[in-house]
Amino acid sequence: MSSHTFVLNGEKVTVDVEPGVRILWVLRDVLGVTGPKYGCGINVCKACTSHINGKAFNPCSVPVSELSADDEITTIEGLADTVDTDLHPMQDAWIEHDVAQCGYCQPGQIMAAVALVNKVKAEGRAIAESDLDGIRNLCRCGTYPRIRQAIRTGEQHM
Amino acid sequence: MGYVIAGATLATGAEMTLGSEPAEAVIPTAPGPAEILDLNDLLTLAAAPTASLITVKIGTDGRASFALPRAEVGQGIITSSTMMIAEELDLPLDKIDVTLAKARPELMFNQLTGGSNTTISTYTPIRVAAALAKQQLLRAAAVVLGDTVDALVAKSGVITGPSGQISYGDLAVKASVTDTVRAEVTLKTRAQHTVIGTPQGRTDARDAVTGKKKFAMDLDVADALPTMVARPPTHNGAPVRLRNEAAVLDLPGVTHVAQVPTGIAVRAKTFGQCIDAIREMDIEWEGGELAGESDASILAKVKQAQLPMVVPKVPVLTQRVDAEFTFRFRSNSSLEPNCAIADVRAGSAEIWASLKSPVVAQEEIAGELGLPVSEVTVNVAQGGGSFGRKLFHDAALEGARISKAMGKPVRLMWHRVDEPRQGRLHPMATSRVRATHLLGEVLSFEQRHTSVQTDFGHGLGDIITNHAAKLPVGGNLSFAQTIFTLTQEVPYNFGAVTQLLNETDDRFNTGSMRNIYSPDVRTANELVVDELARKMRKDPVAFRRKFLRSSAAKAALDKVAAMGDWGRTLPDGVTQGVAIHKEYKGVTACLVELDTRPATVNRDVRNGVTGPRVTKAFFAVDAGLVINPTGLEAQMLGGVMDGIALALTSSCHFEDGHFLEASWDNYFYTRQWNVPPEITVEIMPSDAGQPGGAGEAGVAASFAAIACAYARATGKMPTEFPINHADELAFEPKPFTPSVVQSPTDGLDHTY
Repeated sequence: MSSHTFVLNGEKVTVDVEPGVRILWVLRDVLGVTGPKYGCGINVCKACTSHINGKAFNPCSVPVSELSADDEITTIEGLADTVDTDLHPMQDAWIEHDVAQCGYCQPGQIMAAVALVNKVKAEGRAIAESDLDGIRNLCRCGTYPRIRQAIRTGEQHM
Repeated sequence: MGYVIAGATLATGAEMTLGSEPAEAVIPTAPGPAEILDLNDLLTLAAAPTASLITVKIGTDGRASFALPRAEVGQGIITSSTMMIAEELDLPLDKIDVTLAKARPELMFNQLTGGSNTTISTYTPIRVAAALAKQQLLRAAAVVLGDTVDALVAKSGVITGPSGQISYGDLAVKASVTDTVRAEVTLKTRAQHTVIGTPQGRTDARDAVTGKKKFAMDLDVADALPTMVARPPTHNGAPVRLRNEAAVLDLPGVTHVAQVPTGIAVRAKTFGQCIDAIREMDIEWEGGELAGESDASILAKVKQAQLPMVVPKVPVLTQRVDAEFTFRFRSNSSLEPNCAIADVRAGSAEIWASLKSPVVAQEEIAGELGLPVSEVTVNVAQGGGSFGRKLFHDAALEGARISKAMGKPVRLMWHRVDEPRQGRLHPMATSRVRATHLLGEVLSFEQRHTSVQTDFGHGLGDIITNHAAKLPVGGNLSFAQTIFTLTQEVPYNFGAVTQLLNETDDRFNTGSMRNIYSPDVRTANELVVDELARKMRKDPVAFRRKFLRSSAAKAALDKVAAMGDWGRTLPDGVTQGVAIHKEYKGVTACLVELDTRPATVNRDVRNGVTGPRVTKAFFAVDAGLVINPTGLEAQMLGGVMDGIALALTSSCHFEDGHFLEASWDNYFYTRQWNVPPEITVEIMPSDAGQPGGAGEAGVAASFAAIACAYARATGKMPTEFPINHADELAFEPKPFTPSVVQSPTDGLDHTY
């Protein structure tokens, strides 16, 4: 057991847990932050996608000991607080296109979409079909076509 | 007809059986059994003996509430139920709270979510309860305001009359009664609907995109610590003993270990520590009945069980099409794995899980624990997908056993590895089809579907058994055969038609998978239809039009042919495929374009399967009266994604007693790189007075259309699905012992 401090959705948190425990379980089982979902635990399904220092990552595959006190983790619960509007534009786009079916993968899908748009913008270009084809987040309900539409709408407002 | 129920505030109820008159129409041209009385009629009829009510309540805050006795697993029934209540109650959608009812044994099988039957069976009772509530509010308002009911108008939760206005909230107590009374009410006509039939976003959309939506594993239940099970290396093997229990109990975070019939359970502070513990366990296993078996030996057994064709007497010059198809094992796991919270105490138990048949779960868990059913509370949680999986209560039962053994509440979750390896599968099946034709007419069409046994032990069975005698077909059909007969139909005028099912081998964990038989059966059918058209030198669309019996099917076919510009010029290696399907009191048609050119097939996606890609999909659905077109379209989109997976990419390989798949990068469900860049769903106009089913309706026609396009591309009928099953494995199988894989630690190397 050891103590780990980091910034979670804008607030400094400290947890006492074994250093090897992956961040997904620290969030869900220790801190009760349940937006990031378990779908595989091996960085394949991407249901837990969250942000670390503004970039997408999968907390199922990072031990808590890798975090420094100034590392900022944002989960779906904290996404809206990164913008001045009520919801993040990508969340609004998701509602506009009624993307979610069961909703289980959607926190990860949205966090991945935001990071993808940011990455593409940083490269000075717009989302291309090949970018959408490259998204690995699994949706077993198969709402993929609406995810593609929502990302294009969200991109316009980010 | 409904009830105003005694209570402090207004509550109205309706029998769940309302609107469930048996289908009367019997069309004159020798219909198959599915046309006379399909599975949905049977599910609806099955409700008849139960006499319990579903209830709409009005609170003093002016909000309406309703506990839906069904499972929401993504299909959108909370939203559509909210719409039905809003329609009759004249209350905005955001003032209606629809939740999921706990297991209610008094409802009998009226609490089964399956067969795409929810909207069909609840359409009348939910509206009656809501309409009665409004009628009662109007009567109370008339007294308060001193007006006649006729002079009052209800709108947005407020009743206005010549003398003033009053809100539903202020009437909730005044409208209540001290003795339950029967009451009659008139429902709005279809022309009066202003909510039903309009596109609506899901009522839980905001919760879903903000992380607030709670699934079973997100629920806050005191002391229900993470729990996982070390499972046997072979499918349906069993634990003999844990050799190092003391060492496992010493591991960080671990609180309890217990042996159950399915494996060795461990409870710990975090799921990560459960995984660590399982990987340290030294367990003696027994292999079970399937040790040593493989795909080939199982298929041989299926083939042995195939029923013979009844070769019809046909004229000498008759030509014949013979075809046989193999459909491989597929996993019906949702993204949310099997999971349940269980808290078993000395004289009682409480369960939280997504369950489509909670009453069966409650009864079986009560029996297992030796408790009266009344002492077992089964809460139905929101489900993270189902696809047939949540008809069963595997995790709830297992969780109850573990909680009892440990004497502690447990938060049980299956590891992803466990899902394809020990979870339920859609069984391997073969379908043989023989058709004969002469002078442009099809004289006979015979189908023999043979399958590893499908488990129906979720309550549907009892419904069928109870009602089988009422079926207008003779003989002693077995249970599965009854379901097969009720759901399958050849929608063409093909002369003498026979479709028979035989099942074999009950050693696998099986279940339905977003349909029971239809996707496989209809794909076999439609491939043979294309072959008949080819041999008769007819255009596949024109051929189908000529032989289709149903005008709705013809209309849907025409629609997709127009949308997709059937017959348009395409580059070499790009082909069209078209198919129709008739089920769930509705019709679907699908037209796809499939790109089989090397540049597409050989795309390189890390740990993914590319292969041929559906580049365009056009889908038409006639689902009768549509409650929410946005939700219906969503179900069709998902159905097409399932069709793509079934045709092209997803199967489980059974080898030496175990399934090789253990990850979403092994079991290749449709991913973004397989998704059609262009897809359009068209909802066909319908003047039907009743809704049809949606949840499963999108799969069969899309699977069949893709198969037909692939046959056209390769110049021959494929004989196995998915088409890549016999290819070299696209992944390195994960080890079988220990049963779970360790999470990586290099996640920060892959940020973007």
